[in-house]
Amino acid sequence: MVVMKMKFPFQKRVKLAQGLWLLSWCATVAGATTFTLGCLLKTELRRRAEVMANTDIHIVPNTLMIVGLASLGINYFASKICQDALDAGRFPRWKNFLKPYFAVSCFFTVLMLLAIIMSYAMKGSLESSLKAGLRNGIRFYKDTDTPGRCFQKQNIDRLQMEFQCCGNNDFRDWFEIQWISNRYLDFSSTEVKNRIKSNVDGRYLVDGVPFSCCNPSSPRPCIQYRLTNNSAHYNYDYQTEELNIYLRGCREALVNYYMGLMNTIGAGVLSIFLLQGSVLVSLRFLQTAMEAVAGKENTEIETEGYLLEKGVKETVMEYLDPVLTFLLLKNKVQEGTAGETTTAPA
Amino acid sequence: MALLKMKFSQQRRVRLAQGLWLLSWLAVMCGAFIFCLGVYLKIELLRRDEVMEDTDIHAVPNLLMLVGLASIGANWVASRVCQDSLDASRFPRWKVLLLGWYAVAVLLCCLLLAVVVLSYALQGRLEESLKVGLRNGIRFYKDTDVPGRCFQKETIDRLQMEFRCCGNNNFKDWFEIQWVSNRYLDFTSQEVKDRIRSNVDGRYLLDGVPFSCCNPASPRPCLQNQLTDSRAHYNYEYQSEELNLYSRGCRQALTDYYMGLMNSTGPGVLSVILIQLSVLLSMRYLQTAVDGAMALESPEGESEGYILEKDVKATYAEVKAKALDLLKFAQVDPASEVAGAEEGEKAAEASAKAATTAA
Repeated sequence: MVVMKMKFPFQKRVKLAQGLWLLSWCATVAGATTFTLGCLLKTELRRRAEVMANTDIHIVPNTLMIVGLASLGINYFASKICQDALDAGRFPRWKNFLKPYFAVSCFFTVLMLLAIIMSYAMKGSLESSLKAGLRNGIRFYKDTDTPGRCFQKQNIDRLQMEFQCCGNNDFRDWFEIQWISNRYLDFSSTEVKNRIKSNVDGRYLVDGVPFSCCNPSSPRPCIQYRLTNNSAHYNYDYQTEELNIYLRGCREALVNYYMGLMNTIGAGVLSIFLLQGSVLVSLRFLQTAMEAVAGKENTEIETEGYLLEKGVKETVMEYLDPVLTFLLLKNKVQEGTAGETTTAPA
Repeated sequence: MALLKMKFSQQRRVRLAQGLWLLSWLAVMCGAFIFCLGVYLKIELLRRDEVMEDTDIHAVPNLLMLVGLASIGANWVASRVCQDSLDASRFPRWKVLLLGWYAVAVLLCCLLLAVVVLSYALQGRLEESLKVGLRNGIRFYKDTDVPGRCFQKETIDRLQMEFRCCGNNNFKDWFEIQWVSNRYLDFTSQEVKDRIRSNVDGRYLLDGVPFSCCNPASPRPCLQNQLTDSRAHYNYEYQSEELNLYSRGCRQALTDYYMGLMNSTGPGVLSVILIQLSVLLSMRYLQTAVDGAMALESPEGESEGYILEKDVKATYAEVKAKALDLLKFAQVDPASEVAGAEEGEKAAEASAKAATTAA
């Protein structure tokens, strides 16, 4: 019932300990890298926090940072353990420490994998957060004199220029809201009065976009206003014009940017996960191989190492029992031990 | 009479060699740093080379790269020398090389100083180069269908957006040239005809700027056209409007950017000069101390280290005399040939005389 038994002669044990020591230091560096990647992602998400409605997506970088810090500790102990492993006098003091150590290490390693899965799973949440955030940003574009919203215009302009996008879904979003402040509208002019009367809410709607939607790659100077009117501009066709303004919506641009970032980080974190896993597996083999040596006179005998003493299911139950008992979900064990203690003296 | 004489016991010599070994590896790192700095500066200058007329300013990064590579080599040699310095059998072979090494090290320090001076001195040339380059860029802005110039528009637009500037000196430069291509002008329209007739060259001039001059920090949507006409826009005053467009000219913006870049490298270069000088001085002390020790009967005894054997004046006179000697040696040969020929003749005469008298 033992899982993955392997024979370990003395030389192999020594090589395993040495290799594990090197590997654990590499894994420490990898843990620091994970922490840095988490910080990077968090910084990038916070830079655009004004166009995101909620911060659900921040759970990915937060998890990465926690896992990075934890893996620094895990790998530090791993290197200390394998330094002591070949010394029969110093190894036994780690005995009681190793069981909870493996439990905690497995938990954090699995958490690393979860972070990668979450970064893909939360794409939908990110998209809806951006949708709501951008909609508000575009709606409050004109409120440059309202405290708390006076920088919306600058943010949206710089966002559109940097990500080469226009509007939420596309540039037509600008046709549906009033993005010119009332302070700059001449209410005595007929044109303004007509436009305001033309819709229920009394908003000044134009078929035009802000200058930040303009595409520098266009061969002609930017056409911002009267976009739907072909006769307003010489040699211009609204349906076929592609280069004049950015056709991509900012939501799509930002989602692509963040998914690209998280894919790259995910690939790195996956390889770090494999490294961490191999450290834990090697440490387990070393521990079981050294345990068989304990107490013997000849420390150079061949021993067996294994991953799990019992099968997977039994081991899981063995680890979960203390946790469940602690949570008082399993009362049987308590009653059982109470019965034993009462019968023992008799 | 020696300059800056110091006593060196065996222990101190060993410490000096070890310290110099570390210092020379530090100097190798500094040389690599200087090289990378030169590469970075060169790349930044090349990125904007479409708006620069000539490449005089490239002397600064080129010199930095050259000095960086040379300094890596020289300091690596220094580390080898001080590795061999405590071994009496291997040190003498470096004797001849060291003189050349000193010359190279002094040359490197001088070149680094020259770089710092150049980066300030070439500011005027940079500004001239940018002035001409930007003027051409703005003039060819409309030529998006002319091969070789079709990316000028995009280059100028991205430049103005990135550096937050407008035009060459300021935004009025756009009023003086035609920046709208003829392909997009309706020549049957009255307005176009009027504008074209209003100037000698028949150009379509307007008091407007491209969209890339717009300042996102402005509270109102950007006003690009009819800028000088205060009545064309509601609540707009041409003279007092500050935030609508970028007020800075691109020449000013680019010059400030590049001078800032070169100024920030200044302290780094100066500290590298100091490190190089300290390597030079330590190497001289080590050489003289080890030479002195090898001349003693007991090599583990105390020796003296100095920078110059005699003082500055005497050394200068000695060097001058040696140099003149070398020059004289080149001249001596024809003179000695003539003298030798005369002597030979005299000897022949004398022997002939002797022969005749004998006979």
